[in-house]
Amino acid sequence: MDFQTILILAQDAITNSAIYALLALALILVFGVTRVIFVAQGEFVSYGALTLASLQTGVMPGTVWLLLILAFIAACMETARLLVSGARHKLPGALATILAPPLAIAALVKICTPLHLHLGWQLILTMLIVIPLGPLIYRVAFRPLADATVLVLLIAAVAVHFVLVGLGLLFFGAEGVRTPPFSDAQFTFANLNVSGQSLCVYATTIVFVAIMAWFFNKTLYGKALRAVAFNRNGARLVGITPHLAGTFSFALASAIGCLSGLLIGPITTLYYDSGFLIGLKGFVGAIVGGMASYPIAAAGALMVGFSESFSSFWLSGYKDVVVFTMIIPVLLWRSLTTAHYEEEE
Amino acid sequence: MKQFLASISMLAVLAAGTAAQADITIGVNLSSTGPAASLGIAEKNAISFGPSVIAGQKVHYVIYDDATDTTTAVQNVKRLVSENKVDVLIGPTTSPTSAAVIEAVAASKTPMIQLSPGPATISATDEKRKWIFSAPANTTIYGTAMINHMVKKGVKTVSVIAVDDAYGEVSTAAYKTLSEPKGIKTLTIEKYKRTDTSATAQVLHAMQGNPDAIFIASSGTPAALPHVALIERGYKGKIYQSGGAANAEFLRVGGKALEGSFMLAPPVVVGEQLPDGYPTKAEALKFIKAYEAKFGPRSMFASLAWDALKIVEAAVPKALKKGKPGSEKFRVALRDAIEGTKGLKGAGSVFSMSATDHSGVNQLGMSLMKVENGKWKLEDHAEFK
Repeated sequence: MDFQTILILAQDAITNSAIYALLALALILVFGVTRVIFVAQGEFVSYGALTLASLQTGVMPGTVWLLLILAFIAACMETARLLVSGARHKLPGALATILAPPLAIAALVKICTPLHLHLGWQLILTMLIVIPLGPLIYRVAFRPLADATVLVLLIAAVAVHFVLVGLGLLFFGAEGVRTPPFSDAQFTFANLNVSGQSLCVYATTIVFVAIMAWFFNKTLYGKALRAVAFNRNGARLVGITPHLAGTFSFALASAIGCLSGLLIGPITTLYYDSGFLIGLKGFVGAIVGGMASYPIAAAGALMVGFSESFSSFWLSGYKDVVVFTMIIPVLLWRSLTTAHYEEEE
Repeated sequence: MKQFLASISMLAVLAAGTAAQADITIGVNLSSTGPAASLGIAEKNAISFGPSVIAGQKVHYVIYDDATDTTTAVQNVKRLVSENKVDVLIGPTTSPTSAAVIEAVAASKTPMIQLSPGPATISATDEKRKWIFSAPANTTIYGTAMINHMVKKGVKTVSVIAVDDAYGEVSTAAYKTLSEPKGIKTLTIEKYKRTDTSATAQVLHAMQGNPDAIFIASSGTPAALPHVALIERGYKGKIYQSGGAANAEFLRVGGKALEGSFMLAPPVVVGEQLPDGYPTKAEALKFIKAYEAKFGPRSMFASLAWDALKIVEAAVPKALKKGKPGSEKFRVALRDAIEGTKGLKGAGSVFSMSATDHSGVNQLGMSLMKVENGKWKLEDHAEFK
């Protein structure tokens, strides 16, 4: 194994870990604010890439229908809730906020799909379709369970995962897609070819981590989210709505997932069910970070990426075994070194 | 007058009854939905070209969809043999569903032509499996066509990159048994998963020792991932794709990286380019013309269903001499007649079955194509004179 090979493997590892790190960020964020271990996080990755591929071929993506159906269910639930609580006068406003954006997006997609727009516009359109799915899924599946135990929320998340994978097969079919790269540029550093797309991946991850750090440390809203993550009841006492925080964290999660999908779509072939395994590797990273620390989770994602890349080189048949076995010593180490305290419910 | 009318209607009922008795019923069970839908839909399309009359007997078709699910496939086959009393079965589409229905098919003593390959399900000496025939070429036929071309081009060393599933295993095993006697050295066998985001590491390992050729054993669009990575890493040797990816989706996903690489496929895929006099050319062109006029671009899977119907059509007249359709006698005779198929020129292959060969596909049913300007070009085919 020469130096050149090590360099290429390392570069491949960093590209993959950047994506795992992004997903780990989203998982920790969602878990912190809503206590949901969001198994379906990876589905946004495949939905993002597959939606873009549909737009590219000039076909109306199936995710638009999902968006409309989810909005409709959310509207029904909201109506029932408001009628039961007797707040009838709030109904028109609530329905407008739930139904208007998805309908506007669907209309926009319907108009834009046959136009074969420039790649940049299609990326924005894809984000517009996929990002609202996060808050809607929260509204439909998790908000009614907001006070349930972590285990119940996890089971709901697993159910959401299966529903989304099944719908993915229905919408996009079994064949994979590869989307066009953002740039065709190739750079050479010391005999190492680096594609412009990989640079985009690195840049996006760094920018996102920086924005998240700024947002959570400097802005009032970020601090409010952290407060919910830290102590739900306490946050409620000082006037922070946990539901709004939950909606926002799911919006961020779907945005990160969709963006990850758009970033790796040109590097690899993505299928309707690719997202789960990618999400799971992000989850390993998040576990290393104890589902709490963003920087340690990013380091964990790097570890996953590197062990994956190098074990594929030596032991390609056992790659995933190596990656997922690593979680055992990490869990052992964490359970021995960290202090335990029961969450007050 | 009343009596006269009554006797006429009695006669009519009787006539209808006897006609129905003598009608031939073909039971079709395909995966036209679910993960194998792209194969099953094409096959179902081709069934619509089936003859409505064979040797003066009317033919009925009963078509079921198993949704690529083994349990549903078994239920469908049981319904076809018990309720619909079919004389012959066509399908299932995939290897797992085919393996699942063997028991039900053998118990009913109904011949079946499956549209998936698989040496595991075909063995004429087995009491149950003697009812099962298969229309596509098996991995040995695929492997032989590739090894022949490698020998012609002077390939001495090969690395294999295989997808980590049953298809990858079977293709790699066939390649290994065939390549060793020809003196081709295998440097390494790498594995990757269908949903992997990167195959760079496997590709780098496979490129070590600079092999003359790299064989990618994978089906469908996942076959493109290591292929694109090989080109990105500057591999200059020959790349062979197993026949599992000979479709338009693969060309779309692989794009420019596929230029100049080789792909195994039944010659029907490049029917027009076959030399005149090639045994399957006439039937292949007939199939392409009929199929493309009605359903769009050709599919090798549709040609399998087309050929299965051809085999049945040729066997029925022989079986009719031994028994009436709908009877066990007829089904046994039909099985024997299908096993006796000799030199039948189909769209995909020339079928010659025997008691020990229930696939009947020989090297004439396989060709090697090259990707040129995003299209398939015939590169090599079997000797036929």
